[in-house]
Amino acid sequence: MGSILSGTEAASLVRALPGVDAVGLEARAAGLATRSVKKESKAKAIDLAISMIDLTTLEGADTPGKVKSLAAKAVRPDGDAPSTAAVCVYPSLVPTAAAALAGTGVKVASVATGFPAGQVPLEIRLADTESAVRAGADEIDMVVNRGAFLSGDLERVYHEIKAVKAAAEGARLKVILETGELVTYDDVRRASWLAMYAGADFIKTSTGKVGVNATLPVTLLMMQAVRDYRALTGIQVGVKPAGGIRNTKDAIKYLVCINETLGDDWLSNEWFRFGASSLLNDLLMQRQKLKTGHYSGPDYVTVD
Amino acid sequence: MSDNTLPDRLRVNKTYKLYVGGKFPRSESGRSYPVSSPDGTELANAAQASRKDARDAVAAARKAQRPWAGQTAYLRGQILYRAAEMLEGRAGQFAEEVGDATGADPHAALASVEQAIDRLVHYAGWTDKYTSVLGGANPVAGPYFNHTKPEPLGVVAVLAPQDDPFLGLIEAVAPAIAAGNTVVVLASESKPLPALSFGEVLATSDLPGGVVNLLSGNVAEVAPHLASHADVNGIDLGGVDDAGLAAELEADAAGTLKVVRRPGRAGTSLDLLRQWTEYKTVWHPAGMAAAAGGGY
Repeated sequence: MGSILSGTEAASLVRALPGVDAVGLEARAAGLATRSVKKESKAKAIDLAISMIDLTTLEGADTPGKVKSLAAKAVRPDGDAPSTAAVCVYPSLVPTAAAALAGTGVKVASVATGFPAGQVPLEIRLADTESAVRAGADEIDMVVNRGAFLSGDLERVYHEIKAVKAAAEGARLKVILETGELVTYDDVRRASWLAMYAGADFIKTSTGKVGVNATLPVTLLMMQAVRDYRALTGIQVGVKPAGGIRNTKDAIKYLVCINETLGDDWLSNEWFRFGASSLLNDLLMQRQKLKTGHYSGPDYVTVD
Repeated sequence: MSDNTLPDRLRVNKTYKLYVGGKFPRSESGRSYPVSSPDGTELANAAQASRKDARDAVAAARKAQRPWAGQTAYLRGQILYRAAEMLEGRAGQFAEEVGDATGADPHAALASVEQAIDRLVHYAGWTDKYTSVLGGANPVAGPYFNHTKPEPLGVVAVLAPQDDPFLGLIEAVAPAIAAGNTVVVLASESKPLPALSFGEVLATSDLPGGVVNLLSGNVAEVAPHLASHADVNGIDLGGVDDAGLAAELEADAAGTLKVVRRPGRAGTSLDLLRQWTEYKTVWHPAGMAAAAGGGY
């Protein structure tokens, strides 16, 4: 189904989506957040969460040296802890990351399309994408054109995502909705479906560069969207909350939500990712706590 | 007042809360315990801290430590002095709380509170002096300027004395924070109220949140988690009356490389400042100054 729709068809399908029951959604998310995961289950959850991390550095001050040390940490975070899923960097640092991660199984993800605002002409966004893929990116994290989306031009957003999908051929495409700028749950639902109709392999909450990043209700809403999309089309799409997930407790809440909303099919780093940087250290400290029986501290993990 | 009339008003009883990260939370566990004076009069309820409260307090102390150590020594002194000023104004209340807790007569209680205030002023004066006394330039046979400087350990857990609930606590806490450490204090188990009131004084005396964190609760329950916590750098066992427990705590502390102050160990104020510092020695090329006989 996906990309065979015309822009007008996709936009009208998306406009016809029912509104979101905000109170129900938040109550459901809050209810799932109360589950207690302890002992062996917690140890497994921590390792699963580590394996789902897109270890991210997206700063103006990023250097090849910083990306190399991040890559080393992604491959071997701590002792027998599993590797993370990917390292996520700006396009100019993709060659460094690709060289550092070659043969390790850890993927190279690159933001593209004028991240984080996306406010550059389409041809530049497409060139940005193509160059990142050429440089060795396995995954592209694109931003949607929020200006067009919020002004109601869903057709344009749809065509742009399709164009980026074509430009990113050979790489998996994660579409960043920037839910903090979409503001309403209704718009998050519409943007999720629009991105999936246009061929997104993943839908991602946020860039991490605006005030409101991933929240549990928004991510739960996106999980419901990918579940319903697969029921409708048979196509499975992944989910990636990003920004603001800093500790183990939060990460486990997301895992509970996947389990309860999507089931085992999504409980791997093929279909679920955390966009995070400081989360990894907290997971490692919790892991050390479970192993040694006493609390660990920031002296026992790397400084990012 | 006869039997069938109501009292003019009901007294509002206070539940004393913990002081963690500049805030006054109840225990994460939701527990509290009654606190009585030695003659059995119930005084108030105090929050009963759990393992997780200790964990939160250590996290708050860690977060506050670097900024606190990074303040100028002069400012740390000013802030300690400010705490003394605030206490002076509330000396009467503290004397009453100490008297209720220990059964001491009002004069003795007030004297101990005044002594505690003087101790704070004393350590306020030490903040910009102890580094000169403990550190200094070392003679070396080469063209180097070599100097040693005491630096704070980091986060110090203080198990405050059981029988001297206020002065004893101040004497344990003041040198640690004067030297730039942050502290997690487990107050006297049976007499925690003056300590918890002290949190209210600190909250209004410019001391950044998290520098002093005050917990009340069961020593045997909470102390092992502080002693074994890898992010605690030193532990004062002054309030552990049970020798067996003290030995266990010391073993736990050794497992995570902590400086330990054993129960009953006395010392001068300089000894106490030294207890919670470690030495950094720096070799600095002296270059022309030494070549020219500059006297390094």
